[in-house]
Amino acid sequence: MLSVSIGTVIWTTIAFLVVVFLLAKFAWKPILNSIREREESIEKALEDAEKAKEMMRELKENNEKLLQEARMERDELMKSARDAKDKMISEAKDKAKEEGDKMITNAKETIRAEKAAAMNELKNLVAELSLNIAEKIIREKLANEGKQKEIIENTLKEAKLN
Amino acid sequence: MVFYSFFIPYFCGRISKTIKLTEKRSANPTDFKTFRLVLAALFAVLFNLNSHSLHASGGEGSFNAGEMIMHHISDAHEIHIIGDVAIYLPVIIKTEEGWDVFSSSHFYHNEKHLDSASGGVHYYEHDNYLLFHEHIYLKEDGLVLNEAGEPVNQAVALDMSITKNVAGIFLTIILMLIIFMSIAKAYKTRGMVAPKGLQGFMEPLILFVRDEVARPSIGKGADRFVPFLLTIFFFIWISNLLGLIPFLGGLNITGTMSVTLVLATLVFIITTINGKKDYWVHILWPPNVPWPIKLILVPIEIAGLFIKPAVLMVRLTANITAGHIIILAFVALIFIFGEQSAGAGYGVGIGSTLFMIFMNFIELLVAFLQAYVFTLLAALYFGAAIEEAHH
Repeated sequence: MLSVSIGTVIWTTIAFLVVVFLLAKFAWKPILNSIREREESIEKALEDAEKAKEMMRELKENNEKLLQEARMERDELMKSARDAKDKMISEAKDKAKEEGDKMITNAKETIRAEKAAAMNELKNLVAELSLNIAEKIIREKLANEGKQKEIIENTLKEAKLN
Repeated sequence: MVFYSFFIPYFCGRISKTIKLTEKRSANPTDFKTFRLVLAALFAVLFNLNSHSLHASGGEGSFNAGEMIMHHISDAHEIHIIGDVAIYLPVIIKTEEGWDVFSSSHFYHNEKHLDSASGGVHYYEHDNYLLFHEHIYLKEDGLVLNEAGEPVNQAVALDMSITKNVAGIFLTIILMLIIFMSIAKAYKTRGMVAPKGLQGFMEPLILFVRDEVARPSIGKGADRFVPFLLTIFFFIWISNLLGLIPFLGGLNITGTMSVTLVLATLVFIITTINGKKDYWVHILWPPNVPWPIKLILVPIEIAGLFIKPAVLMVRLTANITAGHIIILAFVALIFIFGEQSAGAGYGVGIGSTLFMIFMNFIELLVAFLQAYVFTLLAALYFGAAIEEAHH
């Protein structure tokens, strides 16, 4: 155990050097390379994930901003629409009132004209009627001689007085 | 849990064989017989007397715990599975006449005995060679021991045998190649998806070495060292785990100095050739330090260059071997008490088994921890070597 045997030393040296050489070339190199490649790929994947997360965050932020803008635009649009509506209503009201007033005025005018015309007609009718009455009465009165004389005399009297 | 409990029959198997041998000479053989029956009933494993396991006890009269433990944590020329079953490994030796290659079964099937002054020893013989305490000597006129019990026979020039630990290293390496090549394939074919299965089990460990060990310790330029650190981490960890698997000969790969020596030397070489100017300046002529102190500091720093990897080497060996020794000591305890009386052996056996299970869990943690510590310190040394001035 504690004594050194030359044979064992020689065999150990040969065997160990052979195994170091064979394993280094055919086992450790491919194994360590594969492990390194895998580590690099994992690292890259993690980095990519981080990047994607960042991008997502930015995208979300953008979306939020867009949404905010859209909301504001909508509010503005609604406000202007409401204003337009109010304006239109009040305008329509004013116009209607004006129109009504105009119509009323026209109607009043017409009524007055009609009234005046009716009055005139009525006056003429009354005059004609009066004349007819007067004619008839005169005819009646002048039908006997006495009466005619009386009237002439009366009228002459009156005329003298004038 | 089942996994760990396999340990016990394995170790007990080895030792009960030893006891079978010793009981022949024992004054009171009935006690041993009873005890063996208890063991057999307890573990339901049949053991046969295996001739070549005799050396575990050194052939002495009674159970020798120290020798048994040392035998188990030492290297061997076979992988002993259980009972008579063993995997015999190739013996490759160089002598003055040239290379010689044969199966270790030739040794283990040809056991010899030698009665010496300090008691009986056994050894194995094949052709012109002797195997004594797992060291190979030239046969000459047979084994001759000196007064200290060491052989006077000449050792072979070079023993390049595929021993138990070398076979364990090959097994570790084959496992590593299979596991990580298949994972690499999974990464290629499955592409950039979540890992699963073996890939899912190993990826956190690979990332642990890269992100918790290499990068914080080395700093800039760490990725260059990651393949080496990954290899050394998994090599130590898998070797440690193999040592915990029963029926695998009790491998003690990272608890062997020869192995940790190579690993620590590689760390030292990489540190040294990567050392930047600042690194050498700090060692050879530390700035902002009065010169009398430099005289003390510089030798310490230079010694530190070698002490650091030496510490790496000793720490790993000691930790792993200590774990094996503790578990084996609990096994030995059963037999020490069993020699006194069967009841004591039986009683201590239960306690020891529970402690062994506990220790195995600790060892499972230590297997990882020591791989981690070795890799972390290697990374820190690399970091110091390539550090740029910052003052």
